[in-house]
Amino acid sequence: MGDLPRIFSLGDDCATVNFGNEISLELNSKAIGLATALNGTTFPGLVEAVPAYASVSVFFDPVVVRRAGIEHESAFETVSNLIVSTFNNLEREQIQIGRVVDISVDFGNESALDLGRVAEFAGTSAADVIEIFTSKTYRVYMLGFLPGFAYMGQVDVRIAVPRRDTPRTSVPRGSVGIAGSQTGIYPFRSPGGWQIIGRTNEEMFSLNRDPNSLLQPGDVVRFVPMS
Amino acid sequence: MSLLIRKPGILSTVQDLGRSGGRSFGINPSGVMDPAAARIVNTLLENDDSTALIETHFPAAEIEFDSPTVFAIGGADFAAELDAKQLANWSTALADKGSVLRFRNKSNGARAYIGVRGGFTLENWLESASTNLTAGLGGFSGRALKTGDVIECGPTGEYSPHTAGPSIVPLYNRFPALRAIAAPEFELLTATSEQEFRKQGFTLTSECDRMGFRLQGKPLHLLHRREMISAGVNFGTIQLLPDGQLIVLMADHQTSGGYPRIANVISVDLPLLAQCGPGDGVSFQIVTTEEAERLAMRFERELNFLRLGCRLQRLNAKH
Repeated sequence: MGDLPRIFSLGDDCATVNFGNEISLELNSKAIGLATALNGTTFPGLVEAVPAYASVSVFFDPVVVRRAGIEHESAFETVSNLIVSTFNNLEREQIQIGRVVDISVDFGNESALDLGRVAEFAGTSAADVIEIFTSKTYRVYMLGFLPGFAYMGQVDVRIAVPRRDTPRTSVPRGSVGIAGSQTGIYPFRSPGGWQIIGRTNEEMFSLNRDPNSLLQPGDVVRFVPMS
Repeated sequence: MSLLIRKPGILSTVQDLGRSGGRSFGINPSGVMDPAAARIVNTLLENDDSTALIETHFPAAEIEFDSPTVFAIGGADFAAELDAKQLANWSTALADKGSVLRFRNKSNGARAYIGVRGGFTLENWLESASTNLTAGLGGFSGRALKTGDVIECGPTGEYSPHTAGPSIVPLYNRFPALRAIAAPEFELLTATSEQEFRKQGFTLTSECDRMGFRLQGKPLHLLHRREMISAGVNFGTIQLLPDGQLIVLMADHQTSGGYPRIANVISVDLPLLAQCGPGDGVSFQIVTTEEAERLAMRFERELNFLRLGCRLQRLNAKH
């Protein structure tokens, strides 16, 4: 796995480690692998390890860590040692490839608010944009922004249209959007600036499911046109 | 046993110490803006630390008790009155059936907390009753309180008078010096900007809400412009925006962010910031994680003393 980069504090209840500053499968696999391994431990005071594109943030309760830990060692040091030892024990093989999740999408005019704009950007037809978009799979790098909102990539460079200049004050629930090389689905009606090319009826987030979120870091998503 | 919301105030929500375990799925923690106030109020009421309370801003909520209820108020001082009788913060009180709690004016701080002994009877989501306003989930129907809402309460038990003293009550003021720990991108500040960050005062702009407080000061600069991919952020994370100004992320912050993280306000000083509002000013002092942890442990000890004191007082009253 290589050497573990420096661990930083992010407040007195969080330690964070950054593997690099690019969106890549390799760095994201390291981040998800380390977070998954940490969340599998029963370390007293560990709250949760959260993966991002190429980093992991480890939240902990400093009071519980200190009471359970070594005297005169700060909670940050104790947690840092846990991160280092967990990282060193990570086997490449342990990193699981995520599940494959099919998501059916309506690319009709009423749902695809910005499809015309994307087609214009690509210099092609709306049908071609849908064809390009659905002909590949997308990895869930991380979740954020809203509960259940997955940041996925990479969108084909031909249709990798930047965000809208003026964000919408209200994007319909289930909207599928593009922002540069990323794609994502709005689990709730919310303000947002991504270019909307379709809509899904899938419940991206539900309290009646464990975990609540349909998508998890590391999953692979296939968009299927609704017939 | 219930509370009737006669007037909702501008933003009154049910909050506890926040929701953990869901950050990997984009579920932000929410929770009270002033954890010290919430924890002291719950300790006075002999509740669990994680018991939910009502967080209210000014103009604040007006609440009617449908039966005798032990309650307490902490955080901002909004000149509370129970049936036109003045009520002190940081003390337990007993409301009669039909009593009405009102807040007359804003004398100190930005958000007050109303807790009841026995807590509210609400369904938890990920072990928390905090309201997540963006998702419209958690707390009371996933939204801010409205006129006519009725919040069910647990059994209130017997009244016992408890008060928190100055050793634990935060010293709220409009110009706090906040201690912060250097965050991952702190070293990317130019030497001049690092000095500016430590030396100058920053003013809270009108863009201050439960998600974050935007500050105004002399712009700060990085050694070189840097596009960051999204990474983790925390309650109290101070981010540097592209225009050189700072934003401090507060309780309703998103789980990740793409701006450089300069520093993070330490947990014992977050309550001081949470009680500031537009026009108030802050300054920052960098401390070590060890110092931040030492201060967090000290608050924990004070809270334990208060907890023991309340228990002893109740036992003595019975003899």
